[in-house]
Amino acid sequence: MSIDIYVPRDASALSLGAEAVARAIEAEARARRSQVRLIRNGSRGLYWLEPLVEVALENGRFAYGPVQPHDVASLFAADFLQGGAHPLSLGLTEEIPYLKSQQRLTSARVGVIEPTSVADYIAHGGYQGLRRALAMTQAEIVQCVLDSGLRGRGGAAFPTGIKWKTVLEQPIAQKYVTCNADEGDSGTFSDRMLMEGDPLALIEGMTIAGIAVGATQGYIYLRVEYPHAYATLNEALNAARQAGYLGRDVLGSGRQFELEVRLGAGAYICGEETSMLESLEGKRGEIRVRPPLPAIKGLFGQPTVVNNVVTLASIPIILARGAAYYRDFGTGKSRGTLPLQLAGNIRHGGLVERAFGLSLRELLYDYGGGSATGRPIRAVQVGGPLGAYIPASQFDVAIDYEALTGIGALLGHGGVVAFDDTVDMAQMARYAMEFCAVESCGKCTPCRIGSTRGVEVIDRIIGGVERERNLILLEDLCETMLQGSLCGLGGMTPFPVQSILKHFRDDFHAGTRH
Amino acid sequence: MQSLSDAQHQAVLRVIAEHRSRPGPLIEILHGVQASLGFVPAAAVPVIAEGLNLSRAEVHGVVTFYHFFRNHPVGRHVVRLCQAESCQAMGARELAAHAKRRLGIDFHETSADGAFTLEPVYCLGNCACSPALMIDGDLLGRVTPQSFDDMVAAGQRRT
Repeated sequence: MSIDIYVPRDASALSLGAEAVARAIEAEARARRSQVRLIRNGSRGLYWLEPLVEVALENGRFAYGPVQPHDVASLFAADFLQGGAHPLSLGLTEEIPYLKSQQRLTSARVGVIEPTSVADYIAHGGYQGLRRALAMTQAEIVQCVLDSGLRGRGGAAFPTGIKWKTVLEQPIAQKYVTCNADEGDSGTFSDRMLMEGDPLALIEGMTIAGIAVGATQGYIYLRVEYPHAYATLNEALNAARQAGYLGRDVLGSGRQFELEVRLGAGAYICGEETSMLESLEGKRGEIRVRPPLPAIKGLFGQPTVVNNVVTLASIPIILARGAAYYRDFGTGKSRGTLPLQLAGNIRHGGLVERAFGLSLRELLYDYGGGSATGRPIRAVQVGGPLGAYIPASQFDVAIDYEALTGIGALLGHGGVVAFDDTVDMAQMARYAMEFCAVESCGKCTPCRIGSTRGVEVIDRIIGGVERERNLILLEDLCETMLQGSLCGLGGMTPFPVQSILKHFRDDFHAGTRH
Repeated sequence: MQSLSDAQHQAVLRVIAEHRSRPGPLIEILHGVQASLGFVPAAAVPVIAEGLNLSRAEVHGVVTFYHFFRNHPVGRHVVRLCQAESCQAMGARELAAHAKRRLGIDFHETSADGAFTLEPVYCLGNCACSPALMIDGDLLGRVTPQSFDDMVAAGQRRT
């Protein structure tokens, strides 16, 4: 009987050599005439251990990592196919504390299953949500999502059920479901991990959304920087179609739903929902003035659901297990779980899915193990390039929407980027403005011009030119961008800058650091 | 404006024919043209405009809006170096300086031997393995100056 070996096809694992490891395992198995079946799974999200190789034993999956091709011969020699002792042995995967203490709902199958196998997906609880949904009325499905308390995980945290309800109520034949997979925030990769590790969860979530609101066509707007996710999604779409889960007659229900992946072209602004819709229509990704909301006039002018990958991939479990099951995780108005992403200068970077309410300190030290460089963590940016920098004195803040807003920060898409004490925060403030200048769609003046002026003013401050007067000017400029921009790019670029002015002002005094 | 060769012209027409009946096809067509020719030549713009019944200005506007599309040829390998926050926290600025010195070029330029074009990119989703880069379709993580040089040496051998 052959033994199952798992080697991830996740892009990050591949970036650390997983492909060469897989080839080495195949070659060694052939040479030793060992009967093995190689399965290419997603990543468990313990990236300091990637490439993580798992062997399926009777009592569970046994992990070895990080494995390099030159380790493979010694793994076979140590009889790793039977869980033999080896310096890279990590024991049972599910018992690794980083993983064991998590509450994985949305990402439960990521790294576990073969991503594009419908059979494996169903064996791990997949498509139960869709089957339930098909037995419900449209209004009941929407009510279930409303009751779950699910809020948009892309960053804006708008209640998902309300969007769906609005689209459902439009008396218009052609509606659309779109997935925003333009995960552009630095420090975020949970969408990518889901699309590469459990794409059928996203496909099932979108199918449920389509049936709930009466849309027959869906689009996944995927960033071009994710070629691995593109390949996996398309494989999964084909598999779902062949198994009857997509198409003219979903599971014999008489309901139609088709799904297509469209590639972006390297514009951060296209993660803003109206800009994404413009881009899906094949136009410049310039944002639209709201109202009308996309739920009323969205893609091609039709009522459109726009949700993020994690949001849509959370739908199947909500339908399968019920709204209450999901809502009972979390705290206050932040219900359910959130896949947090630990990145930057951190020892144990990866995916941490927990109910809302974990403290930032627990995340950084209990999970992250402190900085990668071993130096003190000085600042953490939460929520991508538009998120505030949080100083060490505030690391006890709870990770939920309201608590972070309370200290002038935001949760965004759940990315957490750590910096050690060598960081020059004045440069990070400059970068925030520079990034906005590069990525501005140009439609409104505060964003288009303000960001360029922001870089110039910060350069003058760093250069010691009329520092105090220019600091006042920078504060004024932030206020103008915040109040006067049409969308979140210009309107939130001031957040990191203002947080640096507030918590790291000394860094603007050239010569005091570096 | 350099005109299209016959082969280029045929390739552009093929891509248009493949996608024109789909809703909102322009960006799909530009992806197809760039995949087939390596870039979107200025002379392809009026051909695409005519094929989709759009103005040249509309097509030009879309080509120039998106960072991914380029209107000039590139080297045999395109290296996209992540410059976003997470990679900066792990030395991306220093790595960029090293890469520019090693290749003798700045961002958006091609090395003298035609082997490499260097582009900045803002996030490759490899943030737990920063700093990251993508060479053609391959993602690399925890890149060091040494591993960058190894990649360059390997790329110069492949033509």
